[in-house]
Amino acid sequence: MTAPKTLYDKIWDAHVVHQDDDGTCLLYIDRHLVHEVTSPQAFEGLRMAGRNVRAPGRTIAVPDHNVPTTEGREKGIENPESRIQVEALDRNARDFGIHYYPVSDIRQGIVHIVGPEQGWTLPGMTVVCGDSHTATHGAFGALAHGIGTSEVEHVLATQTLIQKKSKNMKVEITGSLPPGVTAKDITLSVIGATGTAGGTGHVIEYCGQAIRELSMEGRMTVCNMAIEGGARAGLIAPDEKTFEYVRGRPHAPKGAQWEAALAWWKTLATDEGAHFDKVVTLRAEDIAPVVTWGTSPEDVLPITGVVPAPESFAGGKAEAVRRALDYMGLTPGQRLQDVAVDTVFIGSCTNGRIEDLRAAAAILKGHRVKDGLRAMVVPGSGLVRAQAEEEGLADIFKAAGFEWRLAGCSMCLAMNPDQLSPGERCAATSNRNFEGRQGRGGRTHLMSPAMAAAAAITGRLTDVREMM
Amino acid sequence: MDKFTTLTGIAAPMPLVNIDTDMIIPKQFLKTIARTGLGKNLFDEMRYDQDGNEIADFVLNQPQYRDAEILVAGDNFGCGSSREHAPWALLDFGIRCVISTSFADIFYNNCFKNGILPVVLPADAVETLMQDARKGANARLTVDLEAQTVTASDGQTFGFEIDPFKKHCLLNGLDDIDLTLEKAAAIDRFEASAAQARPWV
Repeated sequence: MTAPKTLYDKIWDAHVVHQDDDGTCLLYIDRHLVHEVTSPQAFEGLRMAGRNVRAPGRTIAVPDHNVPTTEGREKGIENPESRIQVEALDRNARDFGIHYYPVSDIRQGIVHIVGPEQGWTLPGMTVVCGDSHTATHGAFGALAHGIGTSEVEHVLATQTLIQKKSKNMKVEITGSLPPGVTAKDITLSVIGATGTAGGTGHVIEYCGQAIRELSMEGRMTVCNMAIEGGARAGLIAPDEKTFEYVRGRPHAPKGAQWEAALAWWKTLATDEGAHFDKVVTLRAEDIAPVVTWGTSPEDVLPITGVVPAPESFAGGKAEAVRRALDYMGLTPGQRLQDVAVDTVFIGSCTNGRIEDLRAAAAILKGHRVKDGLRAMVVPGSGLVRAQAEEEGLADIFKAAGFEWRLAGCSMCLAMNPDQLSPGERCAATSNRNFEGRQGRGGRTHLMSPAMAAAAAITGRLTDVREMM
Repeated sequence: MDKFTTLTGIAAPMPLVNIDTDMIIPKQFLKTIARTGLGKNLFDEMRYDQDGNEIADFVLNQPQYRDAEILVAGDNFGCGSSREHAPWALLDFGIRCVISTSFADIFYNNCFKNGILPVVLPADAVETLMQDARKGANARLTVDLEAQTVTASDGQTFGFEIDPFKKHCLLNGLDDIDLTLEKAAAIDRFEASAAQARPWV
């Protein structure tokens, strides 16, 4: 009788190639996702050492960070540095024979949206990418995490990573979410409760009724921000919803292989009595629509709250809050609902999937964005965009006064021309509110797509429940 | 990769908590396809104003810290993105060691690939070293990786924990890929058995 295992333990054990006496492991990597920003130095390293990509069939590349989201981009990128990076990926994908979705391909999009959409991401896999939001793929019960460029090169050359096992952390959300509260509110509330270092050294398994009740898209939103809680990865045990999502996707198994895969996937649940080093429990009933007020994703409050005072924080955080409020142009005691916004951004690997666009469109239908406000929707992939057009969502966005963009990371990190100006305040569905993240001096408030849509209509941070 | 053995140098104090990788190297500098040359843009938006002029009171612009080789930083240093440009920028500036109570996971790993030693110490030890760092060139710190110690200017010594494998690689400047390729046969065996067990992957 073996000791009860967590989901993380099971996936880990199935991928250990070699273990040293000190516990250092060589872990096999099933899927390696690659984008243009964190890979050029890795491919260059391979060339200089005369090495090849060990498993090109397991390696999938797509440009997303730098690409413009305006029409006509297939003719070439104006910014010379961005162009060079995307062209380098074009060349590296060709030279090393890896799967590639170029800008001209309708399947192009944000790497963490493309992977699941194409069926590359499957339960029980190890998935890495030179991008911290690789945690997204954990929604499938895959062990997925970000790596640096040296590790990208290591995976390209060896299809493995040198790893030490993390600790197990359980985040349970009991009960059902109230109306107007979404996966984004769950994941932000968890970070608000644990802090941005709360998960450091751990892999989180999200569980509980509210997680089970989420769609696959919502689960991806939750896992996406595991990194913002400091965790190496976040994952959710696969269930019927997972299998239904995966079934029939281009790179999902078919026929007898599907049956074999399904049989294994159904064993991928944490055993009764398995040990967790840390447990956090939140009641879904206690979660409200939230927004961030500061410059760290842990700076989270219900929309009904007021801007906190720096003195109410302990230790070094008080000084960080003082700095954050100065940067954000907010004063303690100010009602969050009174904060006016200049811009609304809907998109990113956190909230750029079809359900996110549906949720925003449901609020926007029959409304206009506030006069003078800039609003843009950037679908997470070309296929999400096409589906949204087919469902009439694009028409709702356009009628409301939103710009309807092409797929990419866009204003989430503002490496392309989609940026905030100094002092410009943005309601964003992305994942980071760091200083300068969306453009130097730009002020970011993170929230759900429905909340961002509500803010677009009123021109201020708004409780979406009042508009439902 | 350069070896890291011992380092005696000036430490710059950065007590701010949650210093993220967007602060360390803003995204506009990620468009490079090289590993070098990022030092001038380290902490760019804290270090320079909109017109590119130095902000005088930023720590690394102060004369006594321009040659800093160590950072003593607030909790959760390096959180955020996986960009290895963050350690590349630190290294290019001349920083070989960062001391904090905690580091974000990916940044921590990235340091070891670039000959930078991240040192985790308890809050009171970091506070003592922070006080030392505030004295500028009058209080050099000594970091000894072999002995796993940081010594303050008054001789007070703090021991730190480090993974033995990571320590070994850093002390010897070893390339991970070479080490892993020595296990190529084990990878071959794994692939063969995984192809049987999980042929759909």
